Amino acid sequence: MSNFFNKSDLSRKDAENIVSETLHKCDDGELYLENSKSESIVLDDNKIKGSNYSSDLGYGLRAVTGEVVAYSHSNEISKKSLKRSSENLQSTLKSKKGTYNHIISKTNEKFYNDINPIEEKSLNSKLEILKEVNNYIRNKDSIVQQVTASFAGEHTSIEIIRSGGEILTDVRPLIRFNVSVMLEKNGKKETGVYGIGGRQSYDEYLKNDNWKKVCDEAFRIASVNLESKPAPAGEMKVVLGPGWPAILIHEAIGHGLEGDFNRKKTSAFHDLMGQRVASDDVTIVDDGTLHNKRGSLTIDDEGTPSEKTVLIENGILKNFMQDRLNARLMNTRSTGNGRRESYQHVVLPRMRNTMMLSGKYTQEEMIKSVDKGIFAVSFGGGQVDITSGKFVFNCTEAYEIINGKIGSSIKGATLIGDGPSILKEVSLVGNDMMLDPGIGTCGKAGQGVPVGVAQPSILINKMTVGGTQL
Amino acid sequence: MVKDQEYLKKKATYCINLSKKLGATDVTVVIMNSISETVNFRNKKLDESERSDSLAASLTTYIGKKKSSISSSNLSEDNLNQLIERCIDTTKITPEDELNSLPDKDLLAKDIKDLNLYDDKHIGNDKKIDYLKEVEESAFVNKKIINTETDFSETKSNFILASSDGFLNGYKTSSFSASCVAVSKSNGNMERDYEFTTKRHLEDLKKPEEIGIIAAKKAIQKLNPKKIDSEKISIVFDKRVSKGILRSLASSISASSIARGTSFLKDKINEEIFSSSINIYDNPDIVKGMGSRYFDSEGVKTEQLKLIDQGVLKHYLVDTYYGKKLNLKSNGRSNGSSNLYFEKGSISYKDLLKLNSKILYITETIGHGSNLVTGDYSVGANGFIVEKGEFAYPVSEITIAGNFKDIFKNITLADDLDFTYATNAPTMLIEGMVVAGK
Repeated sequence: MSNFFNKSDLSRKDAENIVSETLHKCDDGELYLENSKSESIVLDDNKIKGSNYSSDLGYGLRAVTGEVVAYSHSNEISKKSLKRSSENLQSTLKSKKGTYNHIISKTNEKFYNDINPIEEKSLNSKLEILKEVNNYIRNKDSIVQQVTASFAGEHTSIEIIRSGGEILTDVRPLIRFNVSVMLEKNGKKETGVYGIGGRQSYDEYLKNDNWKKVCDEAFRIASVNLESKPAPAGEMKVVLGPGWPAILIHEAIGHGLEGDFNRKKTSAFHDLMGQRVASDDVTIVDDGTLHNKRGSLTIDDEGTPSEKTVLIENGILKNFMQDRLNARLMNTRSTGNGRRESYQHVVLPRMRNTMMLSGKYTQEEMIKSVDKGIFAVSFGGGQVDITSGKFVFNCTEAYEIINGKIGSSIKGATLIGDGPSILKEVSLVGNDMMLDPGIGTCGKAGQGVPVGVAQPSILINKMTVGGTQL
Repeated sequence: MVKDQEYLKKKATYCINLSKKLGATDVTVVIMNSISETVNFRNKKLDESERSDSLAASLTTYIGKKKSSISSSNLSEDNLNQLIERCIDTTKITPEDELNSLPDKDLLAKDIKDLNLYDDKHIGNDKKIDYLKEVEESAFVNKKIINTETDFSETKSNFILASSDGFLNGYKTSSFSASCVAVSKSNGNMERDYEFTTKRHLEDLKKPEEIGIIAAKKAIQKLNPKKIDSEKISIVFDKRVSKGILRSLASSISASSIARGTSFLKDKINEEIFSSSINIYDNPDIVKGMGSRYFDSEGVKTEQLKLIDQGVLKHYLVDTYYGKKLNLKSNGRSNGSSNLYFEKGSISYKDLLKLNSKILYITETIGHGSNLVTGDYSVGANGFIVEKGEFAYPVSEITIAGNFKDIFKNITLADDLDFTYATNAPTMLIEGMVVAGK
């Protein structure tokens, strides 16, 4: 754990006093302190292209009254700086009056260990593995044109000081290993990308030559795309594979179930609580309690213990994802979804590991039932317009389905749809739920946070595929 | 107040001296301070105020041809000492790379022009609130507007770039911006649109009423869209969208993607990649320009480049490292393009919309559908059908797709270029793209 006060003229007692003075007439708020270390090492073009180590320290002081949030952050942890922040907050909230909510539940349960993945593995051994990765992929085939491989590790300590002196802390490790391969054959170039990661030490992910599987997978995806033909255009049936394609659920449905958009009534779901929004087979949860997973949290960035929140149960909308502010204004409780990218950012309700649970069908049955459609195995980026519900995804691996059989691979396919209506178009839910390999970062209001997704194979009755072949 | 040049220079010099003492043969460091204050309003009420003060150092040490970097927001001497030591240790065990070096000394910027990129004026939160109230009043005039979110922010930044071969320079910049997001509702359908203004100088901001009225009008126009059939159709990109073509071009002609072979424009230098009527400039010297700069992130001087001359690709965007790999001198583009823009076309906006009897006018694209290795482009979109030059009805939930190689050759530009962003393009007609709808 970090000691935020040992090299500052600001003592813990001073900090507690300033927090209490600033917040005693507010509804909520806290001092959030953060010390984060991160390291990235990149191999590209046969060379170690960069090694970067970064050390960040700072605080954010937040006061909340009614619907108003006042926030001030700085990387100078000193009496002068914290007092200036306090004055800034008080001037914003001068005409408002609230009653501080001291209630925050506590937990002893931890969902990851207090390790520092950066220091656990020597730089030399990381450099060595990257070189092995490069050789391994380049020796596979002469069509390999470019290999990029990287390690990224983080170690973040946070401390939350609430009015009255209550203190909550967490230490969060996070790593990611990523490989990108570009192949060239007959003048055609294609890329394949694959990665793994989570909240454990590097060796948990790299042991037993596991890194070779990551290389093989990136190579395989690029190879498939080399043989691909242009994607069809128009409305058709779509089978989504298990695991990472659940990022579609995250974008299309998850964001619309975040508390802020529903309190502000700008989500297409805001007036559907308790109503049927999907078929009986669809259950979606947001779970921060999965051990060592990328989207898991022991406590969120307001100090609320993480939990498994049921969002949609057997097709019925049950809960939104809440932080403390939106929960208070909507007369409900925080579900532990209050997150921020760093001390430089305000808290927003955000997803953790968002999962559609297994149903009873096999993937084979789904594919057999499709006369003309596509089978989407993996996606690149996606985006959603919360207000209209429209979302977009780019397939990085997809195949056509003709008469119940998987055909050739297709490239450049974009899927577009509408969140609330796509849920109703989910007609078969598979029995093969899988988590993604630990690679997701969700962007909202300019803030990126690590997330996980999971789903079984699913059949969507009707979706627009945006290819070039009419 | 943002930290002054003297403070930043002192910190930078400290870092350089210590790195050299610990064994670095070369060093570069950037010290940067940025202070911003933002006020958010929602439905005519104060929603959020935010003050941000960030100070950061990033440093790269070289030992011969070995290199490593650190960065930190903790500028205490204790912490800097620790980090620089760590950086030197890492540099020692990082493999050599022949291409690693500081930029050529004769390319470094010497004279600093004054492009008026800093406005010392400060606008207090009370004044920001007055402005936003006016924005929201004007947005709510129409009953179909059910929600507005607006914000006003002021940012002041200062930085110093220093290197062990004597470069020590930096400058202040400012930016003021206001925006309004309006949500409209009709027959159970909700749509969202926006308008904004961003300027270096406070006095150049648009009038608040203008922001509110335009955001509301755009959100209402989008209501109750239709989905259209899949077909080949002439497409017009609104100015909000057309600049994206230039962003894709800039990424594809960066020396790194050319040298790494990951660009569809590799080996296309001196070839015609646009139709011969197209000229594209990158000009770092525009007074008050949002993308203006005096030198790039390596200290290399920047001059105007005519990237595309009558359709022909004349320059890559070159930095020191990848320049060496390509045998090219840096042209001061280590952080990409500056003020990038198409020379305006010769036809008016109105006439452009009449070039075909039926046009799909795109106002927004969503998704990340540009594959710059292959040039394939496929994104979600919404906009309007324009018939005989008149807006007929809104459309949504469609995708548009093509390949940049074809798109570039089939562009017709209107004459309505203006400098709202760092990258700017006039309204543009593109022939031959495929629309996927029903």
